[in-house]
Amino acid sequence: MKVYLDYAATAPVKPEVFSALAPYLKENFGNPSSIHQWGQSARKGIDEARTKIAHFLNCQTQEIIFTSGGTEADNLAIRGIIENRNWLKESGNLLGKQKIENGNTNFQTQISKPLSNFHQPFSIPHIITSQIEHHAVLKSCQDLEKRGLATVTYIRPNKDGIIDAETIKKAIKLNTILVSIMYVNNEIGTIQPIREIGKLLERENRNRLGNRKLENGRIYFHTDAVQATEYLAMNVDWLHVDMLTISGHKIGAPKGIGALYLRKGTPIKPIIHGGEQEGGLRAGTENVAGLVGLAKAVEMINISKNKRIEKLKSYFIQKILREIPGVELNSLEKNLAPHIVNLYFKHIEGESIVLAMDLEGIACSTGSACTSQSLSPSHVIMAVYQDPKRAAGSVRFSFNQKTTKEEIDFAIDKLKKVVQRLRKISPYGH
Amino acid sequence: MAIEKLYSQKVMDHFLHPRNLGVIKNPSGVGRVGNPVCGDVMELYLKIKGDVITDVKFKTFGCGAAIASSSMMTEMIKGKTVKEARRFTNLAVANALGGLPPIKRHCSVLAREALDNAIKDWLSSRRSKLSIKRKK
Repeated sequence: MKVYLDYAATAPVKPEVFSALAPYLKENFGNPSSIHQWGQSARKGIDEARTKIAHFLNCQTQEIIFTSGGTEADNLAIRGIIENRNWLKESGNLLGKQKIENGNTNFQTQISKPLSNFHQPFSIPHIITSQIEHHAVLKSCQDLEKRGLATVTYIRPNKDGIIDAETIKKAIKLNTILVSIMYVNNEIGTIQPIREIGKLLERENRNRLGNRKLENGRIYFHTDAVQATEYLAMNVDWLHVDMLTISGHKIGAPKGIGALYLRKGTPIKPIIHGGEQEGGLRAGTENVAGLVGLAKAVEMINISKNKRIEKLKSYFIQKILREIPGVELNSLEKNLAPHIVNLYFKHIEGESIVLAMDLEGIACSTGSACTSQSLSPSHVIMAVYQDPKRAAGSVRFSFNQKTTKEEIDFAIDKLKKVVQRLRKISPYGH
Repeated sequence: MAIEKLYSQKVMDHFLHPRNLGVIKNPSGVGRVGNPVCGDVMELYLKIKGDVITDVKFKTFGCGAAIASSSMMTEMIKGKTVKEARRFTNLAVANALGGLPPIKRHCSVLAREALDNAIKDWLSSRRSKLSIKRKK
């Protein structure tokens, strides 16, 4: 028996999704930008897909931008806002007349042109994000910092792996223009208070409107909802977000497709240049089959089925904690998305657990240093616990709507033996 | 069993069936090393009679490559003289395992360091035993 418990990494394409997208690989292969019937037929597929996704997120069709995946959508959200803010800075530099103060809006300028409300580049914009974001967000922010285009505050999670809204509020500066917080953390599965943060930022933005000094305009709120899409509320108005990332291959659509929800009026610049696709915001011939698949996968989402998977997750956690000594749950059960469980196994190392489980036919994953290319331990576990041993000994199991109790029992049975065997090899006391 | 060649057959074999696992109650020398890079820890116990390694045991906290490297190291040095054992480089351990992925080579270095430490430990305890004899 083989049991796949790594759905947070990726999922197979659902049969219904495959059926929906296949024609767009075969007869319906036209380039949507072509004006002939082949092109227009493909164009129709895109329009329908966009409508479905807009309906799912409760937004307008023109507020959906298709990308090559979650990573690109994250990059577009962050770089799109910040780099849009800085083009005037660069042209200002050419004139060489202004003095730029880092981190506040006190500046002197001799430029005579009046500036619009959106473009106020003479202070470097500030981003607030968290230490537990996906690398697509973290690296994008770090890159902007390195290039001198933004300053960034990385909020530390609390001891339960949650980013506190009040901590974000305290971090807001006069030049903050972007907050990016993921909806569900992909490693430990904790659900972040997105709606609370969104409402907080709306209050902050209302205050800013009344204050003429804050010419940097409003703060935009982005959330990486890649792990949340299949299980949590995704109404963008309810969430109070301006931008939201979804990824195809986590929800049963193919790899290589994702989308960014972009609230009307959010000023971003494209990061991929070329043709005029996606309203000029994302060049490149559309991945029609991919986005048709994405729309179908999104259409199939049914969170009323969550109860079953929640029960299974609870059963999984309780059984392991009961039957295997020296195991701790990373975070608290009540904070977790329905499908992710991250456990710390004392005295043994994560990669060896994953390897041994794979030999038993079970898939799981770890953030231990031994598995990463950079040989650095999970930044998420380190941010929450500051304990490299914990990062080295933690393993993530993730389910989907089809996971059965039989599979769970089989996995736990094997896990028990694996842990026992590896503990015999370990020099640490048991 | 379909782990796709991340690790060689030999590595998998040593991972599943480690040789010389355990501790020695009265060891001639113990080498304890930790790799600050990835957090692996190895303990190597030697029993040396004359200058021959008559017994060797190990314990390891680490990934598949770490466990396999320590196991292979013990297999290579058992029954050899200290001089002969010293000649085994970490590359020799990796080769004996059928090669290690580049990112895992540091695990074989750890095995070599554990051996060095164990031998150092044995030498220093031998020296102190000799100096006690001389004082008498």
